[in-house]
Amino acid sequence: MTNSLNAPIGRRGFLGLAAGGAALVVSTQETNAAAIPTNAKIIIIGAGAGGTALANRLVDRLDGAEITLIDPRPQHLYQPGLSLVAAGLKPANYVVSKTTDWLPTGVSLITEKAAAIDPDKKTVTTESGQILAYDFLVVAPGLVLDHDAIDGFSLDMVGTNGIGSLYAGPEYAAKTWQAASKYTEEGGIGLFTRPATEMKCAGAPLKHTFLIDDIARRAGNAGKMDVHYMANNNSLFGVPIVSEKVRMLFGDRGITPNYSHVLKSIDAGAKRATFTTENGEVERDYDYLHVIPPQRAPEVIRQSGLSWADKWTDQGWVECDKTTLRHLRYPDIWALGDVAGVPKGKTAASVKWQVVVVEDQIVSTIAGADPTETYNGYTSCPMITRVGRAMLIEFDYDNNLTPSFPGIIAPLEELWISWLMKEVALKATYNAMLRGKA
Amino acid sequence: MKEMTLSTFLAVFEEIFGRGLFWAMVVAAVIVTALYLFVLIRDRAVSWKKFLFAQISMPFGFVGAIWFVMAMTHSHLTDLGGPVDLIVFLMVGVGGAIGAAILVYTIESLLSPPQKPE
Repeated sequence: MTNSLNAPIGRRGFLGLAAGGAALVVSTQETNAAAIPTNAKIIIIGAGAGGTALANRLVDRLDGAEITLIDPRPQHLYQPGLSLVAAGLKPANYVVSKTTDWLPTGVSLITEKAAAIDPDKKTVTTESGQILAYDFLVVAPGLVLDHDAIDGFSLDMVGTNGIGSLYAGPEYAAKTWQAASKYTEEGGIGLFTRPATEMKCAGAPLKHTFLIDDIARRAGNAGKMDVHYMANNNSLFGVPIVSEKVRMLFGDRGITPNYSHVLKSIDAGAKRATFTTENGEVERDYDYLHVIPPQRAPEVIRQSGLSWADKWTDQGWVECDKTTLRHLRYPDIWALGDVAGVPKGKTAASVKWQVVVVEDQIVSTIAGADPTETYNGYTSCPMITRVGRAMLIEFDYDNNLTPSFPGIIAPLEELWISWLMKEVALKATYNAMLRGKA
Repeated sequence: MKEMTLSTFLAVFEEIFGRGLFWAMVVAAVIVTALYLFVLIRDRAVSWKKFLFAQISMPFGFVGAIWFVMAMTHSHLTDLGGPVDLIVFLMVGVGGAIGAAILVYTIESLLSPPQKPE
């Protein structure tokens, strides 16, 4: 379309100007601060939320760095969506995308497991025996779900006989909904468990409990339900003020809290679960059982001597400074995401905060400057309390509430806007984070 | 939220709707607004007759916008839990109502321009 500047503005001319203006907005690129030239070799173990977001940010900050990601799984999983899949609110493919769709050009992805890390020689060996040298290493492999630790349980049981396990992945979350939806129709005793180890998103076991109870209630089956939440210790959530609020909500919904009940084994045929409690073992019958197994650092981390020697010894999280995420014994190594041995922060929201810190640490080290970013333990949990409402709970290492919208979105109030954020904005923010833009 | 910059907002909205759809909607909104300004400037006056007719579309815009948001987010009217929810709810409705009125007024003005006195 051509426009003469001298002609009076007609309808076409006006349209052309408007379209041109919009195109200008679209094509405007963010201008980055000058990238730092370097030939550093950076290896990132894990191409999940942390690894991918970090790679995207480092590519913008560094010019010439050789960045390699190592991850055996070609799919990227949007794990915050698993609770929605397990409540029938989203299909399984809602959480699945391709890892390569998120990675920037100029980085390499090796689709293998990291088999060994030698922090003294500064090398990573892959499963096929490829040895890669690094100048800087970021360990972000996530965590492993130790299903074998629950006697009598195996993943092929999920979806049948009243057994659910939403953490195990998209297909299992969908199968969890098969079992859970049957329970919401038929009613009976529901046992919702959580492990005694550190775990990713400690709000998810609560969300699943609230959602399944609410769905049954809406279907008019409240009278048939006997819902029990099996807490691993004497609280319902790690942050005391939130735990109290959840206790009140449970009271309101008629959900029974059972404290210090850790799932030990199940007899799927008899629909009976055994729990370890302060008073020995206790057997409980169930019609629906939600299993969340103990969670640990991947084998390669525990074998390579990167774990804490005196903390979480059965779990193996990486020994690192809780504000900088830098390894305490190997200054060229950082931990990022679930694997980090810090008291809180196994959520995607935490990763969003941690990525900036690790990026700043690496870029500053290369540039010879002092890093300025620190991680305060920020964790966010849009705690769904029913379909259509959630509490936007955000907190730090010190169990302080750290609301993003103080005075507007109350953290301990069940709100529709918090639900909207989980439903609409959360995945979008997450995706923007993956691209290094949020 | 750690940082709330314009680029963060744009990135988030691009992800909500998909890059193509989001910018197509922005362009559509810009075009309708531009056309609205165009007819105002062209006519040099607001036609109150057309404006009154456009007002009839406002309740439909109000309800339509709320229905769209509720349906897209598995929500119900009973989910409104606090003052901020009511504010968001009203903002969605009022946005829909104003958008509908502008759209109808613009279409009316484009289809039947005022008779110019000779």
